[in-house]
Amino acid sequence: MQDELIIGGVNVRSRLITGSGKYHDDSIIKDVLEAAECDIITVAVRRVDFDRPGESVINHVPKGKILLPNTSGARNAEEAIRIARLARAMGCGNWIKIEVINDQKYLFPDNVETIRATEVLAEEGFIVLPYMFPDLVSARKMVDAGAAAVMPLAAPIGSNKGVQMKEMIGVLISEISLPVIVDAGIGKPSHAADVMEMGASAVLLNTAIATSPDPVCMARAFKHAVLAGREAFLAGLGPVAAAGVASSPLTGFLDSLDEQ
Amino acid sequence: MMSFTQFLQTVSTETLKRRSDGVTASTIASILSRNTLSIEDFYLLLSDGASGMLEEMAQKARSVTRKQFGNSIFLFTPLYISNICDNHCPYCSFAKQHSIVRKHLSLDEIKQEADSIAAKGIRHILVLTGESRRSASPEYIRSAVEILRERFSSITIEVYALTSDEYKMLIDAGVDGLTIYQETYNRELFKSLHSGGPKADYDFRINAPQRAAEAGMRNVALGALYGLDDWRMEAFVSGLHAYYLQNKFPSLEVSVSFPRLRPQAGEFSTAHIVSDRQFVQMLAATRLFLPYAGVTLSTRESKRFRSAVLPIGITKISAGVSTAVGGHSGDSSTAQFEIADSRSVLQVKSDLLQEGFQPVMHDWNYAYVR
Repeated sequence: MQDELIIGGVNVRSRLITGSGKYHDDSIIKDVLEAAECDIITVAVRRVDFDRPGESVINHVPKGKILLPNTSGARNAEEAIRIARLARAMGCGNWIKIEVINDQKYLFPDNVETIRATEVLAEEGFIVLPYMFPDLVSARKMVDAGAAAVMPLAAPIGSNKGVQMKEMIGVLISEISLPVIVDAGIGKPSHAADVMEMGASAVLLNTAIATSPDPVCMARAFKHAVLAGREAFLAGLGPVAAAGVASSPLTGFLDSLDEQ
Repeated sequence: MMSFTQFLQTVSTETLKRRSDGVTASTIASILSRNTLSIEDFYLLLSDGASGMLEEMAQKARSVTRKQFGNSIFLFTPLYISNICDNHCPYCSFAKQHSIVRKHLSLDEIKQEADSIAAKGIRHILVLTGESRRSASPEYIRSAVEILRERFSSITIEVYALTSDEYKMLIDAGVDGLTIYQETYNRELFKSLHSGGPKADYDFRINAPQRAAEAGMRNVALGALYGLDDWRMEAFVSGLHAYYLQNKFPSLEVSVSFPRLRPQAGEFSTAHIVSDRQFVQMLAATRLFLPYAGVTLSTRESKRFRSAVLPIGITKISAGVSTAVGGHSGDSSTAQFEIADSRSVLQVKSDLLQEGFQPVMHDWNYAYVR
């Protein structure tokens, strides 16, 4: 059976999505994408100067990749909508990751505003990927609003804290029919493997690669982790037991009786 | 609603002072092992007892900064449009009593200055004026902003304290950031330094960031001018000011800065010189207390010093600076203070890349909200 990931009608080959911020030198992005074998890269529209396209980070994204502009910096639905429209008008394509953040301390997304923006942008024909706090009620509303996937956070953005929201993400994976792409907080390849083992459709991460001393090597490590996690999920993990389990704890005595 | 000055009264510096007497290296090590710092932790990091742990503090501050901001450093250029001033601040060249070359740019001259700065690739501009409601009125500042928004993507103002309605007017015209320094948080000293001018109202100035945030300002930068009073107390209160604003306005981007007094036109001298070591201590302590806050570093500091402290917690620096009115395109006037780093925008960008940082020119655009 083919293991396909379809987002907004597009068959996406790689289950690892990376970002383009925080690098010390953007010229390394091309090598990172190659090492990670990514199809999709997210770019903060706020960092793209459409008046001076020559200096844009977009120039470092190789042709053939799917550009996922994000609305970072937006504090409400209206700003996110304006940023999305501007990105599309300037040739950044049809995909948009909605990021509405009202809290500079924890950088948590505002689900209510995100649902509003999803509704408007999906109606306008965007492939909408909302970044969200992992809450089932909100996720369902995003599905109804026309999202192409949901992107719950694993932990605060940039925190590298791993899958702190495990239970809630598990609920989304089992209840939401769209792809669940775990975004933010993934600090190590083992974190990525962890959510993939749970059945997440893909992961998006940036900080762990961009701020690594060797981003290309780290990108490759994440590629392997995502593949390993996915294969483990497909294979079906064994049940987890709290204590060591003897092979036949209840009936083993029969053998010793037989020996007598 | 509790104001910042009311909030300050809830912080017992007596107790903090007593506790800071017993600070040892292990007290600091234990603070450094925590992710979230209390107000007391912040006070202790600024104490004399912490100075022996400076390297450890700087290391942790660097890692916190990289996690929050990555390797990005934002660049901006200040644009002085008028140095006419009704204040008597003895530490500033623009003070009324100084006989300096006064200059007030016409709108055409502002265009020329703006074009000259924009040609260097700068997209984020900081507009400054002296305090004179007669010559540099809020309406004049608005006219300047209307010119600048055609040429820059993001505009911050550093002007005298305004009313809520005036902030609202300038935000509507295209301003997204406010920089305003309290100069000194010491109320008595503030009074004695600023008597006789419109700046004399301590409370009107200290509440300016809050008024701006309420009016819808996206970014606020604040701090003290170091050299006027005891640096530990100034750094502590300015950190609390940022902390208070962030709690009150979760969506606000708060920044702090630690400008050290530079040579200027007057005779002002100070007994409160802040050493480089002390600068690093307050930078690291503030970064650890406020991991989310931006920290700006100006050309008051030398190239060597700027490069050295950049990794410890700086997120925004100025480049291609003239502190004189008209200094970018035409005949210049007296500078507000002597700058210590005269590198061009291009040079700063290339130095940043070499030091492992990504210079960011564009981080917000007026078009996103209008």
